[in-house]
Amino acid sequence: MPLKPFRRHTGVVATLDRVDVDTDQIIPKQFLKRIERTGFGQFLFYDWRYLPDGSENPEFELNRPEFRGASILLTRRNFGCGSSREHAPWALEDYGFRVLIAPSFADIFYNNCFKNGLLPITLSEEQVEELFGRVRRRPGYQLTVDLEQCRLWDQEGLEFAFTVPEFQRHCLLHGLDQIALTLQHEDKILAYERRRGIGA
Amino acid sequence: MSAKTLFEKIWEAHVVHEEPGMQTILYIDLHLVHEVTSPQAFEGLRLAGRRVRRPELTVATMDHNVPTTDRSLPIADPVAQKQIETLRRNCQEFGIKLYDLNDPRQGIVHVIGPELGYTQPGMTIVCGDSHTSTHGAFGALAFGIGTSEVEHVLATQCLLQTKPKTMEVRVEGELPPGVTAKDLILYIIGRIGTHGGTGYCIEYTGSTIRSLSMEQRMTVCNMSIEAGARAGMIAPDEKTYEYLRGRPMAPKDFDRAVAQWEKLPTDPGAQYDRSVQFQAQEVVPQVTWGTNPGQVVGVTDVVPDPDSFPDPNDRKAARRALQYMDLEPGTPIEQIRIDRVFIGSCTNSRIEDLREAARVVRGYRVAPGVEAMVVPGSGTVKRQAEQEGLDRIFREAGFQWREAGCSMCLGMNPDVLQPGQRCASTSNRNFEGRQGKGGRTHLVSPAMAAAAAVMGHFVDIRNWEYR
Repeated sequence: MPLKPFRRHTGVVATLDRVDVDTDQIIPKQFLKRIERTGFGQFLFYDWRYLPDGSENPEFELNRPEFRGASILLTRRNFGCGSSREHAPWALEDYGFRVLIAPSFADIFYNNCFKNGLLPITLSEEQVEELFGRVRRRPGYQLTVDLEQCRLWDQEGLEFAFTVPEFQRHCLLHGLDQIALTLQHEDKILAYERRRGIGA
Repeated sequence: MSAKTLFEKIWEAHVVHEEPGMQTILYIDLHLVHEVTSPQAFEGLRLAGRRVRRPELTVATMDHNVPTTDRSLPIADPVAQKQIETLRRNCQEFGIKLYDLNDPRQGIVHVIGPELGYTQPGMTIVCGDSHTSTHGAFGALAFGIGTSEVEHVLATQCLLQTKPKTMEVRVEGELPPGVTAKDLILYIIGRIGTHGGTGYCIEYTGSTIRSLSMEQRMTVCNMSIEAGARAGMIAPDEKTYEYLRGRPMAPKDFDRAVAQWEKLPTDPGAQYDRSVQFQAQEVVPQVTWGTNPGQVVGVTDVVPDPDSFPDPNDRKAARRALQYMDLEPGTPIEQIRIDRVFIGSCTNSRIEDLREAARVVRGYRVAPGVEAMVVPGSGTVKRQAEQEGLDRIFREAGFQWREAGCSMCLGMNPDVLQPGQRCASTSNRNFEGRQGKGGRTHLVSPAMAAAAAVMGHFVDIRNWEYR
């Protein structure tokens, strides 16, 4: 499936100040029975976001008024650990996030993000701490993220460079269908299968 | 030729194409499919007018959301029922072998793959499930993938991959009596942390690992992902070949296959990007106290004080975890009382696990007020256990004896904890709400779970009086 291309994005930054946020929190299992790929945003962080009576939990960060409409999520180390469920990036994307920033991401989750037009950016612990401070001090704090230049900046002179694996960057910039890319090498797959006697 | 690791040998044998600026196109030998992470992938194929390239290299079963009660009854949850029917329809439409709910061999995908002989040394194996790392126990490169990648493999039998780094986890010496493979892997995760393996493929080496049975090796590799590593692997040896010999899907020319497999182990002098070493003697029975598998201590320890962690993020996480788990720092682990016991999951639901738990339970009763269940990993495991009379031991002790599935490891089916309930579980994740919203999970070995069921609280299995 072709991706939504990602070039540059400006948006409000919301913070989730926790390490090791696992995909069970991002999208609890009771919502994995659906066979669709869309509509998961309403269930994002469900057990944290809502109280048992179904009302919003005012304690939960994303429910704060200043984070409404945020499209950049700033969080801590090892975000997205645990289950391989792609429902996690589906839910984040459907909720409205386009960029995630953390000191590290879990491998499977990190991969899954790129396949869904969601840009995970790894910054150092110090840089993440600096951003947390700025969000705390300035309600409605915004960042601009430019994937072409691999830089992000705010309106107060802060600017960080970041790195993204080149191929994933290329696919995201151009919204490429990775299956179609692989199928361009069909002859090589076939040659490989012949060599191994697969399908003979 | 330069010395190579097991991982490098498998990786290189599966490279279809490499070019600068692109991820490697890697060939996949075995694709395991289940009901939860596949419907959107099949739908993607249909929308793009694509077919499944190699249905004969694809195997499906239903395990995550299936009920573990009477299979002759209809499934009560209509959404779960629809997901199951969707897999059935997709397998039929695309010509994929399905171990359906009524098939005597149905079970957890990571239990039936090895059991039926699909999982073999040297293979690349993927599944839309993070515990695919289990299959690495056979000297395969096996890792979990997302649904987009499931679709990619269905369409191309390949994946676009970036080569991970390699990490050797060496364990030497003999595990003390009562200390199991589950304790070992929990101990390792506790030491290297839940992100210690991120970006790496782990190879477990050393005399301790060699001495483990195939089922114990699966338990170790299974939880590699809990240390952040997408894949964990163990070099194949005589135990591997003996396990596979005669399995339904094992190679027909078995001796020739073994001759190939014998070339797989890491060459002397091969380099890993990182190496860590542990002594088996130091491992004691483990119990998690928090909400990730790295928050773990020995059974004779106490619940740690969050202030004892040097990192402020860890302190904060520990505080949150203790609040969720309703535990006070300094509480001896053995004083923690439990409400439920779950013996099952792709980590610990094989026949050796059930034998170990039954040995503990024999002659005892489940403590008053404790609800305990055993969920075999597959129909095959269940029948084997029944032939050995293990089901009787469990039932007589007051355990529930269920049908095969993932069950309360992730609580997608009706097997869930109630809010506030505390569970001794042989599964792999103690995340908040994992076994049911508000439920509190402590990860332990099958023997430790069985003993907790009898006593109503955690006890040191090393002092158990077997009857």
